[in-house]
Amino acid sequence: MSGVIEPGVAERVLARALANGGEFAEVFAERNAGLTMAIDESRVEAVQSGAAEGAGVRVLSGGTTYFSHVDGLEPADIERAADEAAAALRSGRAEPRPLQAVASTPHQIEQRPAAVPAERKAALLRELDERGRGAGAEIAQFMSSYAEVRREVTVANSEGLISSDDRTRTRIGAQAVARRGDSVETGAETLGGHRGFELFDNDPGEIAAEAARKALILLDAGPAPAGSMPVVVGGGFGGVLFHEMTGHGLEADHIQKGASVYVGKLGEQVAQPLLTAYDDGRMPNEWGSDAIDDEGAPTQKTMVIEEGRLAAFLYDGLSARRDSVASTGNGRRESFRHLPVPRMTNTYIAPGEIEPEAMIAAVGRGFYAKSFAGGQVDPATGDFVFGVSEGYLIESGKVTRPCRGATLIGNCLQALMAIDAVGNDFEMKTGVCGKAGQRVPVGTGQGHVRIGAMTVGGTEV
Amino acid sequence: MIEPARQAVERALAAGATDAEAYASEDAGREIRAHGGEIESLTAATQRGIGVRAWIGHQVGYAFGTDLSEAGIAAISARAAEAARVADEDEFAGPADAGGSAADLQLSDPSISEWPADRIAALTLAIERAALDADRRVAAVEQAVYADSTERVAIVSSTGIEGEFERSSCYGYVQVLAEGDDGRETGLGFDLGRGPEAIDPVAIGREGAERATAMIGARKPESRSCPVILDPTVAASFIGLIGGGLSAGAVQRGRSPFADRLGAEVAGEALVLHDDGLDPEGSASSPFDGEGVPRRRTALIEGGRLRTYLFDTYTARRGDAATTGNAGRGGYRSQPSVSSSNLVVAVGTLGFEELLGEAGEGVFVTDVAGLHSGVNPVSGDFSVGASGRAVRGGELAEPLREFTIASDLVSMLMAVRAAGADARWVPFGGSVSTPSLLIEAMTVAGS
Repeated sequence: MSGVIEPGVAERVLARALANGGEFAEVFAERNAGLTMAIDESRVEAVQSGAAEGAGVRVLSGGTTYFSHVDGLEPADIERAADEAAAALRSGRAEPRPLQAVASTPHQIEQRPAAVPAERKAALLRELDERGRGAGAEIAQFMSSYAEVRREVTVANSEGLISSDDRTRTRIGAQAVARRGDSVETGAETLGGHRGFELFDNDPGEIAAEAARKALILLDAGPAPAGSMPVVVGGGFGGVLFHEMTGHGLEADHIQKGASVYVGKLGEQVAQPLLTAYDDGRMPNEWGSDAIDDEGAPTQKTMVIEEGRLAAFLYDGLSARRDSVASTGNGRRESFRHLPVPRMTNTYIAPGEIEPEAMIAAVGRGFYAKSFAGGQVDPATGDFVFGVSEGYLIESGKVTRPCRGATLIGNCLQALMAIDAVGNDFEMKTGVCGKAGQRVPVGTGQGHVRIGAMTVGGTEV
Repeated sequence: MIEPARQAVERALAAGATDAEAYASEDAGREIRAHGGEIESLTAATQRGIGVRAWIGHQVGYAFGTDLSEAGIAAISARAAEAARVADEDEFAGPADAGGSAADLQLSDPSISEWPADRIAALTLAIERAALDADRRVAAVEQAVYADSTERVAIVSSTGIEGEFERSSCYGYVQVLAEGDDGRETGLGFDLGRGPEAIDPVAIGREGAERATAMIGARKPESRSCPVILDPTVAASFIGLIGGGLSAGAVQRGRSPFADRLGAEVAGEALVLHDDGLDPEGSASSPFDGEGVPRRRTALIEGGRLRTYLFDTYTARRGDAATTGNAGRGGYRSQPSVSSSNLVVAVGTLGFEELLGEAGEGVFVTDVAGLHSGVNPVSGDFSVGASGRAVRGGELAEPLREFTIASDLVSMLMAVRAAGADARWVPFGGSVSTPSLLIEAMTVAGS
């Protein structure tokens, strides 16, 4: 594919970036365009069309990264960024290697969203609205959103690499509010992919019905229990638990700063042998996938936990260089305005052997966290917290009443080791992950898993 | 930036819009990250762009872009008009009216340009050094960061609004790691202001070290309901959520725990809350809001009662009220929507020791996690992760971690028994100035 900037321009920019020395220089150029809209109170609104282009140039020298970015892709703009990045360096000129194009195969997009009339997107939102509001008389409000973005990127560096990618992502979300008397509950669901408008070929209205179902169920909810108990975590977005409590701690920048509980634990048993997990940036058309990462390295499938043993960390180019290993293709950035850092792509626990029902049947009194609103972890201490969006009590091996307002809290080393069952079901869900002030699309996945004991933070002491 | 904004309004009208508004901004910023006595990264960048709202009758659309050439602006304006055609009619949609006089505020610190890269690098390294020197139990500094930016914003509308201002801001923070007997603890220290002279590197480093070392040996508390003191960083996060619930947008769409409560009792008398878009120290202060309406100071909760919601032009028309100048804007890439500017909680009379004495037996919360997933913004119910210190006999006791605090926003406000005497500006939950708050009772879930 042709790139966002010409190789000749990239070569000139890299030469200027190294004008005052440095071991490595890189230019990341991007052109993006997107459209978002929403439906609220059954009215299509917030129709927004955005476009940006620009480039970021970085130079590595000693242990320091010098970075500058500009809006615009005129050669003069990008050269200005190169000069700015080089401005603080004080050594003699270094020479970049001649560029050699590395082929990449962008994910296949069947129907480019930009080629679909905006009216059809508005019609899609109306369809979601009808489905959501039709789900029950107690649905008081319903909102949906649509988003598409295409990002064309080219990355070139002083080691001679030049590579490009063309990424299209499409996503819809639905949120329902159910009301009965003074009781107000919400439910949400999303569908997204590194895909075009074909994402909506199979009943997109399903997510509206699902959001409404979640809100309606919670109307019957009682208070969540408080205290330590066995917890069964649902499939799909339940994978955010693994993403937060383990995935972030495996990112090599945290490891190298000693700010991860997994420092020095490579090869050690960190989970029961029934648990194997991956980060896979190649899954076709998955939300967290790309052809190349944002440093031009091909994305790959990395086994991070092999039968309970810690098998690998996730590297970008800079952290890989520090450890004298190869990048795992996890150097990602939100846009040309950001520096790449090690980030997950699609992270998941591989399916196990037990039926979810059997896993629940073995629990006397516990908690079923079917879906999460999100979570947060401090990688240095391993302390994490998750908000449960759909949770139930487990009593005598059966899922009984729904609970509102539960939070799971714990420490990842203990919680990961306490996973004592992995279900044979499997599902991937979409998320947006924040780190170092940057948001990137990530996939999370798993079947049902059971944690032997975990603190549930509810209001019923 | 006024010229491109004028041009964009003209081009939108030429593209078929009946009214138009353009928001143009440019900013120059720097960021330095230090680790292990070395500069890890130095970023210097410029950004500029324009966002255009176009109305066709009562339909509204938005477009933004970075290409400020004549053709680029024309394309953005045309896309805005195109977007308006897709939207459904909304009888209250329309541009802000011109009028009122905008305050003359000094929001920019020229000293930013007098501090070259090596000087702010030294400041960043000094933050790290101060953390390492503060306590021998400090094992490392995860990162020390300094950042500043100067932005210039212009707004022009077809209704006669035309204004421009410049504003600078800067902050420093540190993430400190302390070595405990059973694992590591982290602590955050920060400071903010309009220029590097306002940043105290030693205070930042010490705060991070104190917060990290204070957590060494922390255990889970017993589950119970008890008095809770929120420190200003934690109180600010909750006040930010409350500010969101007081937005007329959330209220009119029935998505606020404060809907239908205007004039009602919603808080303990000790809790007095203003939105102040003109506070010279507030990082969100500006002469006018995101659609060009003059900023002001608005009493939100006083005498325990809810005095008003926050309005922008749209919600004011819809609610038959006047705008409070609270059209917020995240930059040229986002269209305006109602949000708080600077939320200011009035200080009380009790020093920290006296607050502890009032609490008697309870928990002092110094950090919360999971606010974005643990709070239901519609009902106000929340359950979030927390850490802090036990309070026994009116004094700080052992450190506590891995517990949750749960309540709902209105019940929590009603239970505010006292506000501390020392307020602090906190950048979490928007821009908030608040003292510590003593809450009569909350559910604490631990072991």
